[in-house]
Amino acid sequence: MAAGSGARDGSPGDRRTVLGRRERAELRDGGTGAALGPASAAMLEVRDLQIHFPTDDGLVKAVDGVSFTLERGKTLGIVGESGSGKSVTSMGILGLHHGTRAKISGQIWLDGEELVGADPARVRALRGSKMSMIFQDPLSSLHPYFTVGAQIIEAYLIHNKVSKREARAHAIEMLDRVGIPQAASRVDDYPHQFSGGMRQRAMIAMALVNDPELLIADEPTTALDVTVQAQILDLISELQAEYRSAVIIITHDLGVVAELSDDILVMYAGKAAEYGSAEDVFDRAAHPYTWGLLDSMPRLDEERTERLKPIRGTPPSLINVPAGCAFHPRCNYAKRTGGRSETTVPTLHELEPGHLVACHLTGDQRREIRGDEITVRP
Amino acid sequence: MITFIIRRLIATVFLLVLVSMITFAIFFLLPKLGGQTTYGLATEYVGRNPTRAAVLQVEQQLGLNRPVYLQYWHYLSAIVAGEHYSAGPQTVYCPPPCFGYSFKSQQPVWPQMTSDIPVTASLAAGAAVIWLCSGVTIGVISALKRGQIVDRLSMGIALAGVSLPIFFTGQIALALFSYKWAIFPSVQYVGITSNPLLWAKNLVLPWITLAFLYAALYARLTRAGMLETMGEDYIRTARAKGLPERKVIAKHALRAVLTPIVTIFGLDLGLLIGGAILTEITYSLHGLGWFTIQAIQNQDFPEIMGVVMLAAFFIVIANMVVDILYAVIDPRVRL
Repeated sequence: MAAGSGARDGSPGDRRTVLGRRERAELRDGGTGAALGPASAAMLEVRDLQIHFPTDDGLVKAVDGVSFTLERGKTLGIVGESGSGKSVTSMGILGLHHGTRAKISGQIWLDGEELVGADPARVRALRGSKMSMIFQDPLSSLHPYFTVGAQIIEAYLIHNKVSKREARAHAIEMLDRVGIPQAASRVDDYPHQFSGGMRQRAMIAMALVNDPELLIADEPTTALDVTVQAQILDLISELQAEYRSAVIIITHDLGVVAELSDDILVMYAGKAAEYGSAEDVFDRAAHPYTWGLLDSMPRLDEERTERLKPIRGTPPSLINVPAGCAFHPRCNYAKRTGGRSETTVPTLHELEPGHLVACHLTGDQRREIRGDEITVRP
Repeated sequence: MITFIIRRLIATVFLLVLVSMITFAIFFLLPKLGGQTTYGLATEYVGRNPTRAAVLQVEQQLGLNRPVYLQYWHYLSAIVAGEHYSAGPQTVYCPPPCFGYSFKSQQPVWPQMTSDIPVTASLAAGAAVIWLCSGVTIGVISALKRGQIVDRLSMGIALAGVSLPIFFTGQIALALFSYKWAIFPSVQYVGITSNPLLWAKNLVLPWITLAFLYAALYARLTRAGMLETMGEDYIRTARAKGLPERKVIAKHALRAVLTPIVTIFGLDLGLLIGGAILTEITYSLHGLGWFTIQAIQNQDFPEIMGVVMLAAFFIVIANMVVDILYAVIDPRVRL
């Protein structure tokens, strides 16, 4: 079972494992698990989030018990393949599943305010102002029939009672801030008149127009040229420093999170596979899936003589998730767990303070494997 | 933009000339290729039981003995400059635009058609307003309530709308609302300038009959477009901004859905103004559609040619307007 399920059972032992470092310390010091309120003053706390979609073929458990915490000014990287539940999680935080058939349970605390059970109108008021999102493909995410300026102005006017002229001035200022040259004239251009990188900059300007305290970037660089990718990532971290926002970067590219993230959550089949600081996950990776992701990443900092090692197989269907550990059919080490990988869902447990993993391998087995097969980042 | 419009206008004129050539060829070149004599051809332009003198006069008038390109030139110049026709003993002047002279009804074609245009235009315009408003509204609601009773019901009715022919729905409407309950007792064209209220009241049944078919088509189109658009990334962006759902639909989604609808609407309207044949026949409205059927039944070739040219004119113009409109409403169309 994933970590969060413990919270539902009310057993504090399991609950503890899903919280960040500081909260865990608080809990150890006599806390009993504040199930009725946020456990911390963190900007965002997601607790045992479950997002299920009933379909004709069965229940799709897109997100199945995910928990994490994010402080102000920090960056969390959520990593995983397509269908691992990364985007569904972020859409869930913004309340964008409202009105669909999605069944959502768990808790999302944004700056001390619970969102899952909140009035949709309240979540809408927070959306775009206190929390906002940058999407993957800026061309399809911008409305083709409205000018870039009109779309940014609209975003500003929803949450601010100002005149159109003021909103326009603010939109130009934002475009200028994200590095669009001649912002005052480009503001009246349509999205198709912008280059890919400029479109993503415009998206960022739109997301930041109301100074959000939480910014979710859903694969912000996937649709962009490699040279532009770095610029956009630099821009995001620059703006993050300036606005002191909490940022979630969702990606399948470990290179992207390596540069920006303080913490990393590796997701697989709707569950957390590994969660910890960037150093934990990169230097002391503990989950075979994380090893696979690291091995399939091209590296420039060391000489490679062998080919990149892709993870074999494909992500599982979320309707028929494999029994036991969802990753076991693709895992090279599942047979070492004495059959437990095939039968028992691994719990997310703490390996060392702040570093959690959901895997049946023991520490000794890990050390043994790592010693002869896994390249560990220097 | 200006150059685009000018280019489009020139193309339109060219297209109309092409249509006139094809029409002309069908009526004058094909019989010749089929081996019909000029005398035989002329016979068909004269009324029943033609005298030899009358036939010879028509043959002379239409210049059927001359080469086809000269005949065509003669036809075109008549449209631009007018033409004198000697029918029987007296000479009739057919002023420009002269789309020929009907020897059977002994009248120039154009004035007959122009008197019919207001009827068809009133019918098409009124129906268009009804079907556009109701079709789009029903389509949007259906899409938003997909799978629910409202959706199933309206799509069921829409299916009936596209399947039932106008002469059937028209008869039903007449039987119910004109004879049984007499809400709209008379369907008769009254000029809008003479009595606007009566004009509207008398046209309600034809409007609804014609609009039913098109509203059904447009509801299905709008529903499909809406379902597709609501899944677009930019709709998600609009929601992510915190925009109320009502505005997401009314501003962001509708804008995208209506663009293709507008173009189809233009073409449908152009087509209808050329004659809403079934509706006009069903309700005995003497518009262009009625005129067309009469011309065909009388085998009155100049009249048929005239109505073909006029309908082609409306369609080509509608096409042009749609092209220009599309460029205006879709900023991605570069001119």
